Amino acid sequence: MIASSNGDTFPPDNSVGLVKPEICQFNQPLKLASGSVLHDWQLMVETYGELNADASNAVLICHALSGNHHAAGYHSEEGSKPGWWDAYIGPGKPIDTRHFFVVALNNLGGCHGSTGPSSLDPATGQPFGPDFPVLTVGDWVDSQALLADRLGIQQWAAVVGGSLGGMQVLEWSLRYPQRLRHAVVVASSPKLSAQNIAFNEVARQAIMSDPEFRDGRYQEAEVIPRHGVALARMVGHITYLSEHSMGEKFGRDLRTDKLNYGFGVDFEVESYLRYQGKSFSERFDANTYLLMTKALDYFDPAKAFDGNLIKALEPIQCRFLVVSFSTDWRFSPRHSEELVNALTAAQKRVSYARIKSPHGHDAFLIPDERYEAVFTAYMQRVAGEVN
Amino acid sequence: MRQDLTIIANWVKPKSRVLDLACGDGELLHYLEEHKSVTGYGLEIDAEQITACIARGVDVLEQDLNRGLSNFANSSYDTVIMTQALQVLRRQDLALEEMLRVGQEAIVTFPNFAHWTNRFYLSWKGQMPMSKTLPHQWYDTPNIHLFTFKDFEALCHEKGIKILDRTVGDFAYKSHWKARLLPNLFGEVAIYRIGR
Repeated sequence: MIASSNGDTFPPDNSVGLVKPEICQFNQPLKLASGSVLHDWQLMVETYGELNADASNAVLICHALSGNHHAAGYHSEEGSKPGWWDAYIGPGKPIDTRHFFVVALNNLGGCHGSTGPSSLDPATGQPFGPDFPVLTVGDWVDSQALLADRLGIQQWAAVVGGSLGGMQVLEWSLRYPQRLRHAVVVASSPKLSAQNIAFNEVARQAIMSDPEFRDGRYQEAEVIPRHGVALARMVGHITYLSEHSMGEKFGRDLRTDKLNYGFGVDFEVESYLRYQGKSFSERFDANTYLLMTKALDYFDPAKAFDGNLIKALEPIQCRFLVVSFSTDWRFSPRHSEELVNALTAAQKRVSYARIKSPHGHDAFLIPDERYEAVFTAYMQRVAGEVN
Repeated sequence: MRQDLTIIANWVKPKSRVLDLACGDGELLHYLEEHKSVTGYGLEIDAEQITACIARGVDVLEQDLNRGLSNFANSSYDTVIMTQALQVLRRQDLALEEMLRVGQEAIVTFPNFAHWTNRFYLSWKGQMPMSKTLPHQWYDTPNIHLFTFKDFEALCHEKGIKILDRTVGDFAYKSHWKARLLPNLFGEVAIYRIGR
């Protein structure tokens, strides 16, 4: 442990500390829903905690739209932000690394080390770009199952995820019902609404209409469709917050103390959105964004059963914890309740909590006393079963 | 284990499907799962109680009972239970209808407002009664619809609901000859098993 200049120790006591991602290379072909096949592919993976002797204490973390393998801990001692779910993964936290072996990965199609559109296509020696196959949630789960095989994990103690991550959790319970004991689905949905697909389409159009997008071949031209990606992120970001939380954070505060009578930045919220968009465009690949939003849109396990979700859920063997947040309007509590009602009608084991929070969809990432209590109580039961 | 829960447990058939409305910390469902191999869910609205259910491994769903049970299909449960919660709901008549739509039978418990101590309290002191079973001040009570055994039975009669079983007792659900003789006067709490 190192004492930093401001007196706090690094890493914090309840952190998994310094972590290092690893590449898992796969040479077995992965057949995708689209009909395409990936022959050589890799996943960027981070793990926290220790796998127990009978490999029964493993927890898989599934990430959302812009997430990746760096879910907890720090990559360096200085200036690095903790992983995206650090508030919920670590010693003494809901996903307690003293009891669980936690696996987090960057999904296929991602842009943080796993094979995706910005990887080189071995056939051409050029980046895949727009030729990278469109992926589904099911494809991701298949790839995660191969990762589980590689790690010697026959059955996950729990598969856990929020938002798009929650869809992967649900898919796991349907596709590999015997390979997980528990499913934790947070701020998610059994399918997107038309409004949700509409938001994704605006985001895609923002990217594809950027002249620098060049039909997805921007990498060869050594340019980035910055404006498109930034705009897509700005739209997305608005839908992740609630009217209340934006109001609390920015109100109508002005950037300077007067109106400029122009079309530049007047209000703090404009400046914030521009900053969010800009910083995102520097770290996130445009083609990956397109892929991720399509996977979201396509997800609908009830579709193969004439829209009957209850029937679709029949194979499920694991227990569920479903959590929603009161001000989430991107994946509102109604979406979670659709899943819960179908689970109860299918006589599956499920608990459901609707957390009162002002933070909109983003609430699933933010510390909250009740959310932590529910999550911890559930995961402690899981730990008791497998340790 | 609370005495009322023991009596209820005796009325629930082994391996049946049970819905426990306002299930509290899940004590009853947990007991029924362990001893009667029942399956089902508890419904609860209180945050701490929900966490307590989850901690003991009882399946609990956060749901406001005043909004009905429209998310549950007709006759999808053998028994729908509600202990000491009927008097906090907005519409007791609708609640009973819903319970018997979803369940084959229902078990309810509630405090009897016509117990002699309440009558005495009101007539002698001229104030809203307070007791072990009714510990709240009139202005700060969750019990917004207090009623008596007679009221309940009249409502059941009006709705065509059959009373299949009834146990009347004191605060600890101990039966007493006086409560058996004049239940509406000497019974503090009752457990009813009802059906169509």
